[in-house]
Amino acid sequence: MKSLRLLWVPTVFAIMVIAAWWWHHQRSSVGPKAEDPAVAAAMKDAKVIARGRYLTLAGDCVSCHSVAGGQPYAGGRALLTPFGNIPVPNITPDPETGLGNWRFENFWRALHTGMGIGGEPLYPAFSYTSFTKITREDAVAIFAYLQTLPPVHQPPEPLGLRFPYNVRGALTAWRAMYFKSGTYQPDPKQSAAWNRGAYLVQGLGHCNECHAARDTWGGIDTRASLAGGEIPAQNWYAPDLSMQAHGGLHGWTGQDIVDLLKTGQSSKGVAFGPMADVVASSTQYLSDADLHAMADYLQSLPARQPQVDDALRVSSKAVADRGAAIYGQGCAACHGTDGQGVPGVYPPLDGNASVLEPIGVNATRAVLLGGFAPSTAANPRPYSMPPYAQQLSDADVAAVVTYIRQAWSNRVTPVLERDVIKYRHTPVD
Amino acid sequence: MTTNVPASACPVLRWLLSLACLLGAGAVHATGQPPVPDTLQQRIAACTTCHGLHGEGSQDGGFFPRLAGKPAAYLALQVQNFQRGLRKYAPMEYTVRQLSPAYVHEIAVYFAAQQVPYQRKPVPDLAPAVFQRGGQLVQAGDPALKVPPCQACHGKTLTGTEPSVPGLAGLPYDYISSQLGSWRTGTRASAAPDCMAEIANRLAPSDITAVAAWLASQQVPPDAHPQPAGSITPPLHCGVLEGQGGGT
Repeated sequence: MKSLRLLWVPTVFAIMVIAAWWWHHQRSSVGPKAEDPAVAAAMKDAKVIARGRYLTLAGDCVSCHSVAGGQPYAGGRALLTPFGNIPVPNITPDPETGLGNWRFENFWRALHTGMGIGGEPLYPAFSYTSFTKITREDAVAIFAYLQTLPPVHQPPEPLGLRFPYNVRGALTAWRAMYFKSGTYQPDPKQSAAWNRGAYLVQGLGHCNECHAARDTWGGIDTRASLAGGEIPAQNWYAPDLSMQAHGGLHGWTGQDIVDLLKTGQSSKGVAFGPMADVVASSTQYLSDADLHAMADYLQSLPARQPQVDDALRVSSKAVADRGAAIYGQGCAACHGTDGQGVPGVYPPLDGNASVLEPIGVNATRAVLLGGFAPSTAANPRPYSMPPYAQQLSDADVAAVVTYIRQAWSNRVTPVLERDVIKYRHTPVD
Repeated sequence: MTTNVPASACPVLRWLLSLACLLGAGAVHATGQPPVPDTLQQRIAACTTCHGLHGEGSQDGGFFPRLAGKPAAYLALQVQNFQRGLRKYAPMEYTVRQLSPAYVHEIAVYFAAQQVPYQRKPVPDLAPAVFQRGGQLVQAGDPALKVPPCQACHGKTLTGTEPSVPGLAGLPYDYISSQLGSWRTGTRASAAPDCMAEIANRLAPSDITAVAAWLASQQVPPDAHPQPAGSITPPLHCGVLEGQGGGT
């Protein structure tokens, strides 16, 4: 059986080679010369542009398509992936380096089918796997808004993918496995709000791109939708978003979801790491109606299987005592001896999704890095947590995180010293 | 309804309300968890754990620089530079990543207003000639290297100049030498033209040791306030000084 199982390696390689050849022959520059008159009229409509601005914020386009300190939407950085660096394009209307010469049809093809202006398949670091669900009308609005941005001349960074991932044709095989184009189809059995929430979460908000596990080839198993996953190359874990039994957000109310997305903080947890960025640059700007709609949809995610009991749960008495002592000294003053935190100020750790996620990276890095909840309009002066990287050894961090993961009602695996060593050296950006 | 009566109109009511507040606060205490102080100090625990409650910097020769009494605009600009990727130091980049300009300003003003005594920092054990060279660079510069004296911008007593030149007095040796090194390697930068990057690149590595050692060995003057704005004529073009400089 083992030899049969290994057969898939040459098979996939052969598919990639054939796909590369096919793609080479198919490739042609496509797209109309002039803008469709109906689209051209919509693009001049101030209402459409305003709606496009809102949708562009909801899609958090700015967070990938900008570099720290650079012009918003002008690209200029590379996205780290396990396969190498992928340059982020400039989406300002600069004719040479941006979307200045694009027609809406080019934009639609990119968003909806993941194909570039030259007919080339795009790398799925651009989340067209989610964006394909965006309606044409919304895409027109987003394009209209992007075309009103000040044009910035900024050529893209060079492509930094390793072989064989740099063979564009391989994407044809990838797309066959993981991508199906199609706009969001409302579920008539559900409310309008639920459908709006599902559309935002699955499509524009592209939540699944982080909150789901990826396989070796970077694809997402659609059955694991929003069930949580490790964020590749960044060393964070995006928790399961189910609010039902054994879900990552079990015990959260719809209002908690709205609070976190609006203010950066809820009575159940604080947005930190990449989610703090999402709140700061995107979700805080969403209308209450849209946030409630997203919460409605998330509340309908199914219950999860309980995590399997195993011997790994047990940590030694010495580690537990050490962890408890460090917790009492450094953590209890804010998070409470009972792990309940202070509502609205310091998050509870008992039952906290980021404490209970399967690999322990979030709690470990929170202890090492500390940090602020994001400044938002609703919570402009957030409280913060001190970083402990300077004060605690790797063994101490492992002990206290293990303690937190096994105290109160928490029952998940310990964190080991070697994990802490790895996470201590993860770059922050 | 008594709630419609302004509290100031009725002293007894005002007294009763205060009492109610006190009792309310007491009730929170009774549940075991003391109320979290709604103070900036409490909010910025992430800053003060390294830089000190009053921004005094790490004690006993540690790395973290003093923030107390530095010009507020300088402090705010440094945070902005971490946000923009001009200054590189992972823990700082992560901490300040999502702070709004208004919050950064408030925090900067807090640290700028702190007045706490300086603590003598350990001075590395180096040859007297090294200190002499350091003192010469700080006070007179080196015309052959086109390096101006530090005092030209950082103030006659090296306590900085409002609004955006930091004081150098009382900084640890490790911090000063690593910052000058960072300017050479591009992990610290400021608005172009970046005069400090120019200067750091004109210095020899041994000069960096000399300058840092001499600065760390000096007594902090009794009046550690920065010089007033407009009291310097920068010898180099400095983006951070908005083109006030005139030399090369």
